[in-house]
Amino acid sequence: MLSRAAGKIAQTLVVLLIVSIASFSLLKLAPGDPVLLMLGSEFDQASYDSLNHALGLDQPMIVQYAEWLGNFVTGDWGTSYVARADIFNLVVREALPVTLTLTACSLGLAILVGVPVGVLSAVKKDTAWDAGAAVFALTGTAFPSFFLGILLIWFLGVKFGAFPVMGFVPPWEDFWTGLYHLVLPSITLSTFFIGMIVRVTRAALVEVLDQPYITAAKARGEPGWRVVWVHGVRNIMMPVVTVIGLQLGGILQGAVLTETVFSMPGIGQMLTNAVLGREYMLVQAGVMLTAVLFILVNLLVDLSYPILDPRLRPR
Amino acid sequence: MAVGEASLDPSTVPAGKAAARAKKPRRKSLFLRRPFFSLALLVALGFVLCAVFAPFIAPYDPTAQSIEAMMAPPGPDHLLGTDSFGKDILSRIIFGARYALTIGIVAVLIGAGGGLVLGLAAGLSTGWLEWALMRLIDSILALPSLILAIAIIAILGQGVDKVILAVGISLVGPFSRTVRSDVLQVKTQLFIEAAHLMSIPRLTVIRRHILPNVFFPLLVQITVRISEAILVSSSLSFLGIGVTPPTPDWGLMIAEGRGFVSFAPWMSGMPGMALAILLVALAIVGDAVREEFDPKLKRAQ
Amino acid sequence: MNAPDLVAAGDAAPLLAIEGLTLERGRSRILDGVSLTLGRGETLALVGESGAGKSTIAFALMGLIGKSEAKIAGRMRFDEVDDLASLDERGWGRLRGRRIAMVFQDAGAALDPCYTVGGQLVSVLRRQLGLGRAKARERALELLEGVGINDAEARLSAYPHELSGGMQQRVMVAIALACNPELLLADEPTSALDVTIQAQIIRLILTEIRARGASCVFVLHDLALASQSCDKIVVLYAGQVMEAGPSRGILERPRHPYTRLLKSCVLEIGTETLDPPEGGVPSYGDMPKGCRFATRCPNALSRCLAERPALAADGDRLIACFNPEPRP
Repeated sequence: MLSRAAGKIAQTLVVLLIVSIASFSLLKLAPGDPVLLMLGSEFDQASYDSLNHALGLDQPMIVQYAEWLGNFVTGDWGTSYVARADIFNLVVREALPVTLTLTACSLGLAILVGVPVGVLSAVKKDTAWDAGAAVFALTGTAFPSFFLGILLIWFLGVKFGAFPVMGFVPPWEDFWTGLYHLVLPSITLSTFFIGMIVRVTRAALVEVLDQPYITAAKARGEPGWRVVWVHGVRNIMMPVVTVIGLQLGGILQGAVLTETVFSMPGIGQMLTNAVLGREYMLVQAGVMLTAVLFILVNLLVDLSYPILDPRLRPR
Repeated sequence: MAVGEASLDPSTVPAGKAAARAKKPRRKSLFLRRPFFSLALLVALGFVLCAVFAPFIAPYDPTAQSIEAMMAPPGPDHLLGTDSFGKDILSRIIFGARYALTIGIVAVLIGAGGGLVLGLAAGLSTGWLEWALMRLIDSILALPSLILAIAIIAILGQGVDKVILAVGISLVGPFSRTVRSDVLQVKTQLFIEAAHLMSIPRLTVIRRHILPNVFFPLLVQITVRISEAILVSSSLSFLGIGVTPPTPDWGLMIAEGRGFVSFAPWMSGMPGMALAILLVALAIVGDAVREEFDPKLKRAQ
Repeated sequence: MNAPDLVAAGDAAPLLAIEGLTLERGRSRILDGVSLTLGRGETLALVGESGAGKSTIAFALMGLIGKSEAKIAGRMRFDEVDDLASLDERGWGRLRGRRIAMVFQDAGAALDPCYTVGGQLVSVLRRQLGLGRAKARERALELLEGVGINDAEARLSAYPHELSGGMQQRVMVAIALACNPELLLADEPTSALDVTIQAQIIRLILTEIRARGASCVFVLHDLALASQSCDKIVVLYAGQVMEAGPSRGILERPRHPYTRLLKSCVLEIGTETLDPPEGGVPSYGDMPKGCRFATRCPNALSRCLAERPALAADGDRLIACFNPEPRP
């Protein structure tokens, strides 16, 4: 059991290492010579060489990589030339909270809507409701989120003026205004996720409801709602949580688009601007951060299995 | 409910027999059994026809600007209106189908090719090499396809060919994972009858036994993932880092119309609807194809 | 005991009386006119091959067969309830787990893997009997000790998978008995267990039932075990009652050819063997019009295939056969 966790953590470390090498190569593969970029148009060979040396670019690749990795781990992610600010501050202190808030709200909304719809679908299997939910779920997963965002802006924002359509107000500074600004973006981002959760909840619950312990719970006189919501839902947590972890990538890439649609200063917007502005250090930081988030969340999901299913606990 | 009598019910014929018997009539009734699928397939085929015959169908040149017809609402002259440069939106959508489908299909083929190689390598190798390749696949999968595509675009720059390559590479991860699991499955089957295979050269085993078993599920995956490729490519264009204007790309058109939503909603609305309809149709087709042909789902049922 | 006891009431009204219970799933008739009665404090065994419809009767008695799954006709009278099949969910809520309880075939699968033994037991006690948290826990401990679980205190916080098969079945029994039901249904309670533990569990159920004066319907496939444990035996074949009567008589002098076949499967030594069954139980889709056993019956007459023999009193029992073994 503990060795399983240790093995999983070792695997995760290796994956992180590979991702870091890929991120580092992104910097090296990026077009343009950073020294030339920094020096501008007028320079001589001596100043080029000295800057090249100061930046450590004359070192062997492996040394450069080690140095870069050391800097990355200690939070020294370089400086943005456009914003003239520390990248770590830009990404982690400014952009990341926005993206995490949006992601958390959407995830919460998706679970609040997706799980009940999926459960009802499984309970009312093969009815019109079930078919309707299936169409809804499929459309939700396939519909392009950025277009949905624009539709919401046009309909709820512009036509009815019911919700703000731009910007981000941190909920920790002004809770209600912050939440109000998050309504449309959260709906936009969660639609894909709701579809996903509806499908996995339904599939898992249909299987669980056929299990003898469900019949036994009914035979014990448990009311129908308790059979479904206590015994049924408790037993589908593992597949549902797994899918949520695996789809985190989907929600992060959706966040990139949603942030652009609603002009929210998150990782997504930062990443897009960085690509347009050819700020490779910033692109690399954003990519690395996304991967690390995904990997760590899935490690957590994996380590949470024993909590979700007592059968996986050590004796 | 498990009452114990289920096995005696004549309606629960063993799956194998039922499948064998259903094989012939299935081909005929697939369209009748799945009305949504038929409709979605027709829609998708409609887009393909638009893409192929775009120059003959489109009423205007998709890049021709016209100052007189700037931001015209949908009407008899311009069925779906015009954009801020007076370009006819219907024509741009029809030509846009070309870009969407070409990018989607070529990118998926690149992804499938890369996934086939990586998945075969991971599935056929053993020991530490298998472990290392698995971690490599894990690492690729740690990046959502759009983020990976953005990173690649950052290196390659913008343009249709670069978008195709970026989206294709970003799909290698998911493809390689499915190929690997298919290979492992065939491998376990082969181990059972391994005795007489021992004398056959390894490459022959791969060609004769593994490739055919991997190929069909791969085709299913390709149909399922075309919509993903189209979504990622149009997302890139929407973000303004994919194909460059004035290419009639839907994502680009949606982005261009975004600022005019309050008084010219058709500018992003029309291409957005085209994209949404195509993606939903492809999702329905992909879902049906997977349910009908995916051996893994069959077994699970 | 005399034969009419089995269908109509004797001196007191029976606790359970099933009359002409018929259950159709799609086009197949799973149960075909099953009738039986069970007095208070009586034990009855439903015996037959797997697929004979024994468990289906138990599930129907528990109201666990949904209206969409199967069509139920006939009558199941339980105490003052005229027909169990006509109860709505609220009506069932007052019966299930409280007055009628069930012990399932495979306790390992019938206990929810995600909740502790104590949790499942306590929740029944609290909801059904309205006990407080501490009181319910105390009662749960007593119940576990009552079914012979050592170290009950520690077992309360154990998950089902941490217990052995026998322990799991004891827990099932404890849960089923928690509300002192009047009728216990035991659906092959020992088929998932080792032979050595089987006897212990059956004995446990019988002791607990007798201590509470409750009635019990066992679903078993072993005729000898059934006659050892129960007062009455009902032999089922393909959803029809073949023979019913006092258990000693049925085991010692089976008169229906099918009961003889069943017995010969159990006691192979010392009995003349019947012809080996040909082809097994016919499928429910193409049952003969007459006696469903006719196709395999060594005593079959030509009318057996065309006409269904009625279940009629004959000596100490009821038999549905045109050509039974002669009375001794």
